[in-house]
Amino acid sequence: MTGNDAMAETAICAGCRAYFGYPITPQNELLEYMAAHMPAVGGAFVQAESEIAAINMCYGASAAGVRTMTSSSGPGISLKMEGISYLAGADLPCVIINVARGGPGLGNIAPAQADYFQATKGGGHGDYHMIVLGPATIAEAVELVILAFDLADKYRLPVMVLSDGMLGQMMEPVTIPEPLDLASLPAKPWALTGARGRGPNYITSYFIDPNDLSQMSSKRESRYRKIEEEEVRYRETETSDASIVIVAYGTMARIARTAIRMARSQGIKLGLMQPITLWPFPYARLHTLSSQVTTILTVEMSAGQMVEDVRLAAADRAETPFYGELGGLVPTPKDILGEVRRHVS
Amino acid sequence: MSANMGHMVKVFERPRSLTDAQFSYCPGCHHGLVTRIIAHTIDELDIQDRAVVVAPVGCAVIMYEWFRCDGIQAAHGRACAVATGIKRVNPNLIIFTYQGDGDLAAIGIAESIHAANRGENITVIFINNQIYGMTGGQMAPTTLVGQRATSCPDGRDARLAGYPIRFAEMIAQLDAPVYVTRQALCDQKRIITASRAIKKAFQCQVEGKGYSLVEIVTNCPTNWRMSPVQTNNYLMSEVFKEFPLGDLVDRE
Repeated sequence: MTGNDAMAETAICAGCRAYFGYPITPQNELLEYMAAHMPAVGGAFVQAESEIAAINMCYGASAAGVRTMTSSSGPGISLKMEGISYLAGADLPCVIINVARGGPGLGNIAPAQADYFQATKGGGHGDYHMIVLGPATIAEAVELVILAFDLADKYRLPVMVLSDGMLGQMMEPVTIPEPLDLASLPAKPWALTGARGRGPNYITSYFIDPNDLSQMSSKRESRYRKIEEEEVRYRETETSDASIVIVAYGTMARIARTAIRMARSQGIKLGLMQPITLWPFPYARLHTLSSQVTTILTVEMSAGQMVEDVRLAAADRAETPFYGELGGLVPTPKDILGEVRRHVS
Repeated sequence: MSANMGHMVKVFERPRSLTDAQFSYCPGCHHGLVTRIIAHTIDELDIQDRAVVVAPVGCAVIMYEWFRCDGIQAAHGRACAVATGIKRVNPNLIIFTYQGDGDLAAIGIAESIHAANRGENITVIFINNQIYGMTGGQMAPTTLVGQRATSCPDGRDARLAGYPIRFAEMIAQLDAPVYVTRQALCDQKRIITASRAIKKAFQCQVEGKGYSLVEIVTNCPTNWRMSPVQTNNYLMSEVFKEFPLGDLVDRE
């Protein structure tokens, strides 16, 4: 199955019953899969007139209490940022898949990791966060799409799965989980279901009195702190005896795993730290690691975005060089190994 | 008088589907009338417990606080997309959007046209007062040529800013809409006609017939810098020439 198909099928199995999207390469198969399969489970599918409309349809469907998803790529994700800010401001769950491509502007349709800032530092206006999950394989994508729906509901916020064109287009054997029993999902007493036998429910991000907005924002901030405490996820490969550690996420982490096997066979003590949650970022673990190694090499398909978080975490306790490729170019294991050798004394 | 006191019959009351909250509209503004007519319609059709208000950005931004119905605040222009999302996952709910001319015909014109073209089974109430009220009186897509606004202080210049958009006529070209009408509220007769149109637009949705739009040509005493009576006269002498009243589509 391609990554795009697998993520779509997993979403349906995870109880997604509303999908709204717009064609953009390299995520078109995801939209097409939803068009073909959502009606069979009684879910809603609309090919929207724009990504702006799609994310606002998500806002409506999520407000009505249904597990909701949209997907896109770079330029389309930029258009969705308005709606993502509103979802965050109205405390609505929603899953957004970014099958990232080269940017800025129209860029190209090759895989890239240059949307990290947009995903993890805001992108839309106002104080808010999405939980951002970075799968490195299609199996991880399946696992993380399920997690995305659960976390979105648990914390009532938008969750982004930050994949890329490589992951969306490639094929791998994968096990799709059993469909979830929708009745097993926690109730959403806040949802818009009609004010029958109860007072009206309102979904809004509008609080004209600064005291009210401050109070709402503070509540949200304390949820963010809880997420930072409880939901940080990462994966490590051969870090226990490593003198140099690569930090990479998504497709880049997958490629780095091969580089580590090659390095180890040559006697280089190389390890991999793969952040799974890009927000919340595993600062604490990286801080600890930084005192056990001489060098933390960040590798991205970008000009250097996640490396800022790595350097914050390392706090000058280790060398923190960066290696990246731009424009949709994908570093090979050999490229990475060559870079590692430059930092091995 | 005193003989009848024991037999007083209530002939007029606040609609049951309104809360006790006060409207935040300016005195003399037609917004208040429309909001009240919608509430009365919800009462008449007995749909308070399944109606959902989709509030816009603009003078009616907190509209959801005025209805004893579920409600949601939509981003500027996106009300029809939000309504689509709700309706598609719960067709039993009765969804209406309430949007001004900037919201519906400028920043949200794509969402507004495509919801109409898909024939979404929703009711769209479009308040056309030819101006941005909440932000202080800037030019709207519906501002008349020559009409003054803070962002066209010498009056709308068609060479630079084009002509007023007749949205009802635009979507009347589409195959899907079931009921499209333009109404006004500047006298008793028109209020009654407009009330019937709003009721019909909701009924279309309740009966599952599809998309309907009620455009209401209204006033803005504050930003037109006129008294309410002057605004009504201006509507009749100038505005209706540009925005003729009546039904444009009736496929009911």
